[in-house]
Amino acid sequence: MNGIPHGVAVLDTKLCIVEMNTALERLTGYSSLDASGVYGDFIFRSNLGRKGKLFREVLESGEPAVTEGDILTIHHRKIPIQFTISPLSNQDQKRVGLLVVMEDLSLQQASQENRRGCRGASHILGHSKEMLKVFDLMPVLAQTDASVLITGETGTGKDLIAESIHKSSKRARHPFIKVNCGALPEALLESELFGHVRGAFTGAVKDTPGMFRMAQHGTLFLTEIGDLPLQLQVKLLSVLDDRAFYPVGGTKKVHVDVRVIVATHRALRAQVEEGFFREDLFYRLNVLRLHLPPLRERAGDLRLLFDAFLNELSGQLKKDIKGYLPSVLELLHTYDFPGNVRELRNIAEYCVNICQGQKISSECLPAYLFDLPGEHPSTNGTEERVVVNKGKRSIPEAMPNQPKPATANGWQEIEKEMILEAMKKTGGNRSQASKLLGWGRTTLWRKLTRYGLS
Amino acid sequence: MDESAGMMKILVTVENEAVAGRFDMVSETVVALYSRGELQGKPKIFLVSQPSAEELCRLIMKEEVGVLICGGIEERHQKFLTWKGVQVLDAVIGPYVLAMELAAKGELEPGVILPGSVA
Repeated sequence: MNGIPHGVAVLDTKLCIVEMNTALERLTGYSSLDASGVYGDFIFRSNLGRKGKLFREVLESGEPAVTEGDILTIHHRKIPIQFTISPLSNQDQKRVGLLVVMEDLSLQQASQENRRGCRGASHILGHSKEMLKVFDLMPVLAQTDASVLITGETGTGKDLIAESIHKSSKRARHPFIKVNCGALPEALLESELFGHVRGAFTGAVKDTPGMFRMAQHGTLFLTEIGDLPLQLQVKLLSVLDDRAFYPVGGTKKVHVDVRVIVATHRALRAQVEEGFFREDLFYRLNVLRLHLPPLRERAGDLRLLFDAFLNELSGQLKKDIKGYLPSVLELLHTYDFPGNVRELRNIAEYCVNICQGQKISSECLPAYLFDLPGEHPSTNGTEERVVVNKGKRSIPEAMPNQPKPATANGWQEIEKEMILEAMKKTGGNRSQASKLLGWGRTTLWRKLTRYGLS
Repeated sequence: MDESAGMMKILVTVENEAVAGRFDMVSETVVALYSRGELQGKPKIFLVSQPSAEELCRLIMKEEVGVLICGGIEERHQKFLTWKGVQVLDAVIGPYVLAMELAAKGELEPGVILPGSVA
């Protein structure tokens, strides 16, 4: 059964598992040994009706059945499945059980979605030239088997891109497993990634395969790779080179065929220079690199995404939102979105929940959007200048001659000059200077300190 | 969950005396209050007319449940409940009464196959 690329299970007449193949072990997250004797649908978690209705019908009628549905994996993913359920009989033609074949339809459904006109890949939207570059590169990344390093600020969609690359690759029928390297302490992370043998440490009561083995023939997505402890970086490098490792406490080498995609919001090169990240691993992972632009650099995508989120969320929350006033978009354009697309989605969700009418107005936006710039942490100093209206943010003034922040350093120089100019005009009065600049006094004080002007 | 008084309110999704296979297809839940591992009062049964994960999330919030025991659960519901402070013990297979007793003693792990699950 292990030669079959789909999940296969043999059930007895009580609909309990007799055997599962390795593809189904990966789909469900349970080993055949652990699942043996357990009621089948507790392992599959399918939506084929309560109390295994369809399985019973096939068992009673002897007629095979083919149907589409889904299963929920142990990793909380819902996977669309085509179920083929066939009766099994012995030599006396007596029914002895069922053969259940489960074909993963994720890839087919994703390609159908793409054909329906979604721009880019599956749920990733964008028509800015920065995103089109990303979309152009993705099929190339999907065709190879090399490691991919995805970089970008938080909320730019690194996880979605990684999953999309997996779904477009030849490994799409096999598992896509995500591990957050920053979420677990070193000892647990090692066991999570590489598995452990029984008795390896206190509490290790049984063998655990680990995520590398769970992702066999598929893709392992290591997010927040910049947080991977140095000791595990060595082990990861060794796995990438040899495609084999020793589980924690194990003496038998395990061979794996897994593609590794990693992502981080940190500047890995800087981490290498500071000694927090191994240089050899950096070069090993940096074979193919994909940088996701922050939302503020994706010209035109803000409106597309906001429209899409409002449409999706008003449907989900059963609201009759028809659109928004132009001032809403204008205000959104003045905001930096340090949380990027994720933050925009949260803002859209807030609007849809708060809005009582059919059109979203500025009053439906979260209050923090009206705070003065500088009150929020800015990721690279690309704050925009706004007209101050009673201490609140309002629609930006047309400033055709305002220098654009071409680089972070360039902007810092401009900002420094603006501060000096304001201080000169107000005779060194910080309160007046902060008003002139449209900042709070604290922001001005912070910036004066940052630029050594205090 | 009133931890200061050692009280723990547990909700378990049920199908045929076992923990139900899927959170989004549950029509029966049992809510029980435990204090230091001991059952307090009579467990309450809640029947859901239209199985829906969102409805179940609402029920969990309304009942101020501290611990949820369930089978498969989608990531968005699991994250939502965790964010709301509910301890989610998911992918549990086995008799629901045993699952509740173990959870009340802090001995239930997500993904466990309990004794009594094997035919």
